Amino acid sequence: MDYVIEMLNIRKEFGGFVANDNITLQLKKGEIHALLGENGAGKSTLMNVLFGLYQPEQGEIRVKGQPVNITNPNIANDLGIGMVHQHFMLVDTFTVTENIILGREITSGGRIDIKKAEKEVRDISERYGLAVDPQAKISEITVGMQQRVEILKTLYRGAEILIFDEPTAVLTPQEIKELIQIMKTLIKEGKSIILITHKLKEIMEVADRCTVIRKGKGIGTVNVSETNPNELASLMVGREVVFKTEKKEAHPKQDVLEVNDLVVKDARGVTIVNGLNLSVKAGEIVGIAGIDGNGQSEFIEAITGLRKSESGSVKLNGKELINHTPRKITESGVGHIPQDRHKHGLVLNYPIGENIVLQNYYKKPYSKNGVLNFKEIYKQAKKIISEFDVRTPSEYTLARALSGGNQQKAIIGREVDRNPDLLIAAQPTRGLDVGAIEFIHKRLIEQRDNGKAVLLVSFELDEIMNVSDRIAVIYEGKIVAIVNPKETTEQELGLLMAGSNRKEAGEGTHV
Amino acid sequence: MSKRLKGLLTPVIAVLLGILVGTIIMLASGYDPVAAFSALWNGVFGDIYSFGEAVRQITPYILAGLAVAFAFRVGLFNIGVEGQFIVGWLAAVWVGVAFDLPRAIHLPLAILAAMIAGALWAFIPGLLKARFRVHEVIVTIMMNYVALHVTNYIIRNVLASKSGDKTDMIHESASLRSEWLQSLTDYSRLHWGIVIAIICCFIMWFLLERTTRGFELRAVGFNQHAAHYAGMSVNKNIILSMLISGAFAGLAGSMEGLGTFGYAAVKGGFTGVGFDGIAVALLGGNTALGVFLSAILFGVLKVGALNMPLEAGVPNELVDIIIALIVFFVASSYMIRALLDRLSKKEVK
Repeated sequence: MDYVIEMLNIRKEFGGFVANDNITLQLKKGEIHALLGENGAGKSTLMNVLFGLYQPEQGEIRVKGQPVNITNPNIANDLGIGMVHQHFMLVDTFTVTENIILGREITSGGRIDIKKAEKEVRDISERYGLAVDPQAKISEITVGMQQRVEILKTLYRGAEILIFDEPTAVLTPQEIKELIQIMKTLIKEGKSIILITHKLKEIMEVADRCTVIRKGKGIGTVNVSETNPNELASLMVGREVVFKTEKKEAHPKQDVLEVNDLVVKDARGVTIVNGLNLSVKAGEIVGIAGIDGNGQSEFIEAITGLRKSESGSVKLNGKELINHTPRKITESGVGHIPQDRHKHGLVLNYPIGENIVLQNYYKKPYSKNGVLNFKEIYKQAKKIISEFDVRTPSEYTLARALSGGNQQKAIIGREVDRNPDLLIAAQPTRGLDVGAIEFIHKRLIEQRDNGKAVLLVSFELDEIMNVSDRIAVIYEGKIVAIVNPKETTEQELGLLMAGSNRKEAGEGTHV
Repeated sequence: MSKRLKGLLTPVIAVLLGILVGTIIMLASGYDPVAAFSALWNGVFGDIYSFGEAVRQITPYILAGLAVAFAFRVGLFNIGVEGQFIVGWLAAVWVGVAFDLPRAIHLPLAILAAMIAGALWAFIPGLLKARFRVHEVIVTIMMNYVALHVTNYIIRNVLASKSGDKTDMIHESASLRSEWLQSLTDYSRLHWGIVIAIICCFIMWFLLERTTRGFELRAVGFNQHAAHYAGMSVNKNIILSMLISGAFAGLAGSMEGLGTFGYAAVKGGFTGVGFDGIAVALLGGNTALGVFLSAILFGVLKVGALNMPLEAGVPNELVDIIIALIVFFVASSYMIRALLDRLSKKEVK
């Protein structure tokens, strides 16, 4: 039999809403099969059907040619299907080995035989080139390593078919490269992979075939070698997609944000922003490029008041704002699209409508004499939802229930609508599909064209190169170079980000 | 099965299950379950006096439940309601005994004193939590013991009447008692407190659900990081929630001091009202209406159970077990709901 997994004409409804409509996915043995679709297209639903979390209304699932009835995840496990979740399911205070054997402990005489387990974990790790230390604590290893632990978990349980759910969303470029290598090794060892993603570049690089779904419907399966990113994007979105963001020449004016000699310590008390200087002018987008962990997160937290600064100066329109409260900074005209939308951006248990006024609830017309005016709140919410194309059943739906892309659009709508002089966007398109990314980039450029200052932080070099008018490279807590995106290359940026100085890196002109 | 029907059915089934298991236990130990449960029923609804007593008992339960629920909604576990209740009780009685004022001033003053005392008692754990991240559960538990023994000391050494282990009666002008309510209920100890408790339910709902302050408090309860990002002061809201929670608890104490008893006596141990408040709040899902309803259940069981030894000869210990069983099944209503879900799924198929 050719196929290890066949999902034939799957249909899944939730109340009258059709999440999957007649979708077919056939996975060959030893291939990497991409599942491509926009946020909310039904990719996760389909995989949850395969994993036994949902029961389909129609359709058939076959494993190695045999029809199966997967009613819970244990059955999926027994059939050799393993899922590497986007949000890791790990116990932080346990070691790698403890996490991997959790639920499948090797015991001898009622005690866990940790030595034997560690050896087994090390063996699997070496076989697939994962290079994981079985004795390390989860809380002490990087996100990329944590993901490998998730992979190990499925392999330890004897998975033959691995589902990767948006695996690169949380990784740095270097880690992505390593992950792709790991996937290739897995295939060599006879595993089959379903890769859920909306990153076309990765599909082109690693996948053999690609099944596209759009708004719950199966669009078709294509051979990756016979297609190109443009075709995939239009299949996914249902229209032509512009990759290169169109924008006019920037007309920078006066300085809006001026940061001088800023020093910030991280949670462990280590100086992570170390004398940073940067200015952002009205009418320009400054992109901060850098490898994760060089102080960009702490820098953003410091200038938005979420973290204490040790010394230096942060001026907005000439007014000193260092170590002011987040409210004071917000009211001075700063909008902040936070890096972690679940941690900072939203109260997930509040309706999306109430999240829209998260910073403005105490102002008129949203409240009067301390009493909330829900009519006005939801009126505003409706406006943002329609203007920013937030797809939600209603404005009363809990933020938790929205897909990541729609949560992000709601946050961006909220921040842009307040019309701040300085808009800070930290990883605004992380985990989003091309359609949403295009939309968000347009909005950022629109703010710039309206004469606002925009500060963009991103780990995606494409995004930085595309959207910014000036690129500031951050390395070890300092801005080490400022380059013009038109006069630089990804290579040069990469070298600068890695700490080599400008002359070695090439000929970027100082702007 | 509709959602609403399920919501109604769940507590009913829970109570029935509690009764069922209670029946089995009574049969096994040789008591007559029919007589026992009708004694429980009669203990509340058998005559108007008992009914009045039940309503009186419900009053502090509502307020203690609100106290726990309020803190819980802001993400804090106020185990110290018992202590705040005790200091509130003493403060109310102290004002009631020490001053001689017109009723329109005296009664509100006594109630206010109770609220302030409770709030101050809760302020300490709130402050420690906000400033130093000391866990409120530890501090509030310890504060309970401090409250118990400090109030006992004050009663013995400062406020004791001639008998030595309790205060004088409060002045009539500070009393919540009502001739009218008493005569309506065949001279039970029913007092005006129930009205205050119901008003407080409304206040709690309004404050949390309708005001900007409540918006902040709930946001802090759900996600402190997002609240901080949105410009809310997390520490201020933590302290405020403990103050309000403590005020509710102190108010509950004044119900006993100004209503039920009219004095404060040296206590050999905790009253249990504050701890029952935890169960009341959790059972009521930490909402105002939920607390009101679950306080009724607790009050009815507590008062009705007093009649079981008298009328059916069931020993007190067994009565406690049966109450615990009923509460257990109501609290595990999640189990019942899951069962109902499964049943209604089968219906569809």
